[in-house]
Formats: sequence, structure tokens, C-alpha cells
Amino acid sequence: MRTFLTGVLLAATLMAPAGAVVAQNGPLRIEITDGVIEPLPYAVPSFVPETAAAAELSTQIAQVIASDLSGTGLFREIPASAHISKVTDFNAPVQYADWKAVNAQALITGAVSVNGNRLTVRFRGYDVFADKELDGGGLQFTGTTEGWRRMAHKVADSIYTRITGEGGYFDSRVVYVSENGPKNDRRKRLAIMDYDGANVQYLTNSASIVLAPRFSPTGDRVLYTSYESGFPQIHVMDVGQVKRRVLSTDDGIMSFAPRFSPDGRTVVYSQSQGGNTDLFTMDIASGKRTRLTSAPSIETAPSFSPDGSQIVFESDRSGSQQLYVMAATGGDARRISHGKGRYGTPVWSPRGDLLAFTKQNKGRFHIGVMRTDGGEERLLTASFLDEGPTWSPNGRVIMFTRETQGANGRALLYSVDISGRNLKPVRTPDGASDPAWSPLQK
Amino acid sequence: MSGLTKAILVISALGLSACTNAAWDNSNTTDLNSGGAAGVADQTSPAYFQQEIGDRVLFVVNESGLTTEAQGILLAQANWLLANTDYNATIEGHADEQGTREYNLALGARRANSAREYLVSRGVAGSRIKVLTYGKERPLEICSDESCYSKNRRAVTILAGGLTG
Repeated sequence: MRTFLTGVLLAATLMAPAGAVVAQNGPLRIEITDGVIEPLPYAVPSFVPETAAAAELSTQIAQVIASDLSGTGLFREIPASAHISKVTDFNAPVQYADWKAVNAQALITGAVSVNGNRLTVRFRGYDVFADKELDGGGLQFTGTTEGWRRMAHKVADSIYTRITGEGGYFDSRVVYVSENGPKNDRRKRLAIMDYDGANVQYLTNSASIVLAPRFSPTGDRVLYTSYESGFPQIHVMDVGQVKRRVLSTDDGIMSFAPRFSPDGRTVVYSQSQGGNTDLFTMDIASGKRTRLTSAPSIETAPSFSPDGSQIVFESDRSGSQQLYVMAATGGDARRISHGKGRYGTPVWSPRGDLLAFTKQNKGRFHIGVMRTDGGEERLLTASFLDEGPTWSPNGRVIMFTRETQGANGRALLYSVDISGRNLKPVRTPDGASDPAWSPLQK
Repeated sequence: MSGLTKAILVISALGLSACTNAAWDNSNTTDLNSGGAAGVADQTSPAYFQQEIGDRVLFVVNESGLTTEAQGILLAQANWLLANTDYNATIEGHADEQGTREYNLALGARRANSAREYLVSRGVAGSRIKVLTYGKERPLEICSDESCYSKNRRAVTILAGGLTG
């Protein structure tokens, strides 16, 4: 028996001791700890088409799986040109020696059949140097041919989870604000897409400003701020039916920065009256509003903890924008940010252990993470204008807005691993801002 | 002012009155302000308000306090509004791009309210003045340095109504 795992990647948590851990003589596993060694090499040959109609999809599905896995920065694909074995029968024994020879530590094989618009995808994962299948065995997904990318993402999520031990994030969506036009005449409309930029769909027209959409905990609804009435007000949209309604209706009262509670029944948001911005909650069913803060300072950008018991928000009560945590029912808040500069847009991670935020210091903007008590602050990015982090469903990746400088400045989406590695743009057809990542789809 | 120009102004104002005063339709009020350029000489005109008195005040970075210059402009605005009671106003508060989106919305609201409070302190009925924030969503100038930022940190008084009784 040999050591078959070398791909040690990225910080699972910022608290992990530096330099920890390569598993040895265990199952194929990426132990995600501090420090990067090298991405785990894997092969995903074209899936085997089992019906004539499946020929094209069997190749495309393997390509999307590879794009997902390699896109994490944790895996490196061995290209098909290097493969020795060709997989032509999903049930034939795997030629481990051929895959060892090209140093593919993991192998993913699959079969695709299409009957009418029914698509069936079967796959298996292998630990090549252990001469065996990955724990979990073969799996099968069935759906419509239209949903082929989702099935590829589900396969990739399954492989990712088996090898990292973490939840996946590929079968997820992102709602964002699509931007067109120059800075002084920017047109904004809500858009939704797959996490990798595929399947963009527009949810509003650009007749009025829309800002900062946020998913419900099940991903079926989106809260956002719209100027449709002339004033910023909170709207809620049913994503499937693209039906929307305004949540706050008081004439002339401005409300913005909404987010759902983890149970999806309550919205926490900011309301501005008499120049003062405070936090409120609203029960969505009854419309009943509760004031959470009543300070003369600005309180905004609230975000619930995953258990719903606490809210993190930003306030300038100390004289500059800083982060605070309080009970979800309001009351005393404790300041948790203490570094230099200004802190805003805090978002609780789905794992509950970290907060992502925007920091401004010395004319630069950063996306950063810190523990929920404010400790272990770590800046992941730096640019002219980075803001508005949102968490992947597994709490490993952060997506945010990066806007470039100057008269031709443009906003685009970027993602970065919570270790600060793997910073890259997210493909969108036009300018884009204010991303919000959905939970993993069911 | 020519009679024709005056007539156009009246028509545009009547067009506005078709909406109720309570509707505060800002797309129309913007037209009213910018479309009245020829009426600058008429001291009761929105164009005079906009160009001679000054429809906007500027702010220091991250501040909503009124400078001496801003107070002078707002005093003149207050006097004009007191003399021209047919008009109501919406004050739009703005921030430059150096800030997060939500904070800038709140900051714009603070700036608009700061201007509103000054007008009210000079006798303009509070019921005549609404506030609105655009945060950093509607910059006037698009460069990324202080020469633009200083013009974007503003509160603009937009007139609504007029000649509607």
C-alpha cells in the first residue's frame, strides 16, 4: 500500500493550525487545511453514450464536471489527450494501471442515456491508487434533457463531497444585478444564473433601480430593493413564477438592505426616516414590523446567524462604520470589528463560524473574513472597489462585486476561496453587481 | 421671457398636476426642472430656482453637516419656497462611490434630511418636503477622484407641483 493522497488544499477554517496534515494510507481524501500543496489530479473521460441521442450530452456532461472540479482550485484535470484507457463500457472493469500511469489519483466514469426528453446519468468515482471505487458507490440521476447541466453539477458535487468530506456548491444559483450603460446612466435589472454563469435569466426590466437581491433559505424567493415606486422599497419575488410584490408600502418611507431569517418567515432590513437609518424585522405573513435599533446613527446591512438567534450588522455609532452583533430580537449590541479602517456588509457564513465583510482602508477596498467574535481577521482581496460578499452554500467560496476605477469603470462578479486563493471572475453577459448565492438546490 | 416659453412652462406644470400632488412623480419633476431653462429670468420659475438660487448643496466626505455655503443656498431655497407656495419639493441625497452600497443609501438619506431640516427651520412647512436617497446609484460626474466625488456628494432639491392650487 502506498501513500496516494498528496493534494492538500486550502484552509477549511481559518482556525486550522497552519501546515496541518496529509492523510496517509487512508481513503482518497483531500484534507483541506492551511497551506496549499498541489491540486489533486483526476480524470473524467467523456461519459459513455448508451443511446444515440446521448452522444453530445455525454461529452458535455463530462466537461461541466471537469469545469466544476478544476474551478475549485483543489483538483487538476488530466486531459483526455493523456489518457491511455478509453472508457467505452460503463460496466467494464477499470484499467487502474492505465490511470496510475498518467497519475490520475481520482477517476470519474459515467454513462448517459436519452429517451425523448428524459435524461439519465449514471456515474462512479474511483480511488485509482487504491484500486477501488470511492465510498458511496455508483449513483444515478434522472431528469429532463434541459436540466443536463444541473445533473453534471450534481455529479461534481457528489465527487467533491466524497473527496473533501465537505458539502458541494456546484448545483446552485446566483441572483445578481445586471448592469448596462455608463456610470452616470447605469441601467440595472435583476438576473439569475447558475453559479458558473450559465443559464442567465432576467427577472426585472431596467425601468427602475434594483439593488442587492437576497435568496430565501430554500432559494424559492428573492428579496430586493427597488425604486419602482420612486422610493427605495423592499420587494419579494417568487423566482419560479417571476411574480413580485412590494413588502413595505408606507409612502415616502425608504427601506432597503433586506435579508431573510433562516426559517424564511421574517425579513430583517433597514428603514430610513428623518435621516436616521435603523434596523427592523417584518413578519412576512402578517406584515407586522418590529424595531430592533433606535440609535441616531446608521444601522444597516443586517444578516442573521444560521441558527437565527443573532444578527450581525454595520453601524457608525462609534463615528465610523464598524460591525456589531446583537440578539435577533434587538437590544444591546457588541462591537466585533477593531482593526483599522471601516467595515461594512457583514454576512454570516452558512457554517456559522465566520463572517465575511467589506473593509475600506487607505482608499482601498477588501473582502475579508473574521470569526464571529471578531478574531482572526483575514483580508482575501484588495482593489479599487470590492464589496458585497456572499457565501457559497458550503461556506468555502465567497462571491463579490469588483468595480474598476475611472470614467469607464465597470462592475463584475468575482469569486475567491476563503483562504484567499483562486480569485477569478465569474462570467456574466454584461456588467454585474450584488451577487447572492443560493443554497444547494434539491 | 417670451409668451410662448411661458405657455410651455404652464403646460408642463399642468401636465404634472394631472398626477395628484401626493404622487410625487419624480420622472415628471425632473423634466420640469431641466426643461425650464428659458425661464431663468422669471423669479417664480423652477429654472430660476435651479440655476440662480442653486438647487443643490455639496457635502464633505462621509459628512451630512451643512457648510456655510450650503446654508446660504438653502436659505435662498427656503425663501423661494416660502414665496412660491404652489411648489413642493423632494430632496435627493447622494454619496460618492467610495463606500458600500447600503451605507451610502443611509448616508444619502442623512444628507437629504439635513437639507430638509434646514428648510424647515427657516419656516418651510415640513409637509412640503420629502426626502429620497440614491446612495451612490446616480453619480453626476464619473471620474474616480475628488474633482468628481465632491460634486457627487450632494443633496438636490427637486421641485414638484406648481400652478396647481
